[in-house]
Amino acid sequence: MPYDEALERFEPVLGLETHVELGTASKMFCGCPTAFGAAPNTQVCPVCLALPGSLPTANAQAIESTIKIGLALNCSIASWCRFARKNYFYPDMPKNYQISQYDEPLCFDGHLDIEVEGRTIRVGIERVHLEEDTGKSTHVGGATGRIHGADHSIVDYNRAGIPLVEIVTKPIEGTDRMAPEVAKAYVTELRELVRALGVSDVRMEEGSMRSDVNVSLMPRGSAEWGTRTETKNVNSLRSVERAVRFEIERQAAVLADGGRIVQETRHFHEDTGATTSGRSKEEAQDYRYFPEPDLVPIAPAAEWVESLRAELPELPSVRRKRLQNEWGVSDLDMAAMHNIDAIGLVEATIAAGAPPADARKWWMGELARRANESGTALADLPITPDQVARVTAMVAGGALNDKLARQVLEGVLAGEGTPDDVVSARGLQIVNDEGELSSIIDQVILDNADAADKVRSGKVAAAGALVGGVMKASRGKADAGRARQLILEKLGVTE
Amino acid sequence: MSAITRDEVAHLARLSRLALSDEELDHYATQLDVIIGAVARVAEVAAEDVPPSSHALPLTNVFRQDQARPGLTPEQALSGAPAVEDDRFRVPRILGEEA
Repeated sequence: MPYDEALERFEPVLGLETHVELGTASKMFCGCPTAFGAAPNTQVCPVCLALPGSLPTANAQAIESTIKIGLALNCSIASWCRFARKNYFYPDMPKNYQISQYDEPLCFDGHLDIEVEGRTIRVGIERVHLEEDTGKSTHVGGATGRIHGADHSIVDYNRAGIPLVEIVTKPIEGTDRMAPEVAKAYVTELRELVRALGVSDVRMEEGSMRSDVNVSLMPRGSAEWGTRTETKNVNSLRSVERAVRFEIERQAAVLADGGRIVQETRHFHEDTGATTSGRSKEEAQDYRYFPEPDLVPIAPAAEWVESLRAELPELPSVRRKRLQNEWGVSDLDMAAMHNIDAIGLVEATIAAGAPPADARKWWMGELARRANESGTALADLPITPDQVARVTAMVAGGALNDKLARQVLEGVLAGEGTPDDVVSARGLQIVNDEGELSSIIDQVILDNADAADKVRSGKVAAAGALVGGVMKASRGKADAGRARQLILEKLGVTE
Repeated sequence: MSAITRDEVAHLARLSRLALSDEELDHYATQLDVIIGAVARVAEVAAEDVPPSSHALPLTNVFRQDQARPGLTPEQALSGAPAVEDDRFRVPRILGEEA
């Protein structure tokens, strides 16, 4: 069903469960390294392979990182809690259970404020708990590595046991037609928050951050939530948005046809933007959770929690507010910078000496345009904030005008070296030599006698053509304002 | 009245990916019923002033510092595997579930 029609008839309720792999040096319950991309089964030991007799010990750093995430999300921190065994038989965990937390999460009851289209929306946080990641299965013999039709599977346990934090929202109601944008904005803000805390590299493309997207619909006017589906492991910000939108349209069509939604996990397909049915969800009781006997309870003392709170950096939303005030920009401009991840770059450019307005102008103008053209992220352009600051300084000092500055930026992006290298190699300097400028003007006046006569007879506007001629003759290197002054002087006209 | 039904045992077997015959189900249902009955007797002893406990020792906050150390070589890690392919553990295909 088309999105607009779906939204006319139904109201969506969202929920997001986001997994963040912590950036610890060692795994959650053993000392194995956690490097991404290592050769298969080279970062394993008796504990994470579940060999008989091995016992887990909790990683202190992982617990501290989880508490920091909880504090940054305005959560309460449990004064006493336990790990729990989540029992399930699947080869991605060699123990046949995953050590997780069940009814005693380390952090609970918080919130995260996000901004969507000028509105601040408070997303409730149900819980933040700590668990271990699973191994990586590859299905062999089926089409495109998927399990259907697979002959067998092969498993690499390097990832098994890496600390994994799960952040679960409360149901998000009232988002209405903005549901896809709200979901995306929440995951974006959460990613920035976790990155600012320095506890994970939160790379969605490498799977160190991934979201499960819950969507249900209720008919307009109803107060009772519908049955939800859970779309697993959506691993880009754009996919989060697309998955919500797709599920709204799909569920609306099923419900409008008199069908019912089955509570199930679904899989998102990047290529088509569609979700497809996975297994029907096991009931929580089927996991037969019980307190993990091999690990003693965690009891974070108030002083410990407060010392972690004192270590929290300035949070992204606070930082944005501060920078907006410092720079004196509108909400709209700030949102535009935020949307293309330009805030840090602008900040660094200002720190390198550029005036705020200039730093913003180049990143949001010429550089944003070039990033867009080449389909790269702004931060991945081969130019540094220092180099942009250098260009703005050359413009401010009169050595370049904006047109030449654009050529310098183009040269830097093309790998021709620093801005100074490009200026000297390409000979990009404003003509400041009055003698040279004067002789160029004389020639232009001779070549454009008609325009010159018009100016002499008082049609000052005709001087534009002469200025254009000077700019052309100097290959853009003349100072247009100064050239205009000189032209009028030479033709005996005052403005 | 049994503490555990035959259907519940069949459900547990499915969760554990065990293929039990009808005879085995009858057999285990009876055995499990006895075990649950024995455990229930412990519950009778526990008075209301005895809180449920999960750990025998009154310890909390036993942690290790976040230091990586070498584990097993891939050869050692895979030496006990029933089947190996591409330096990975090879397992039968998993039915009825999506990865």
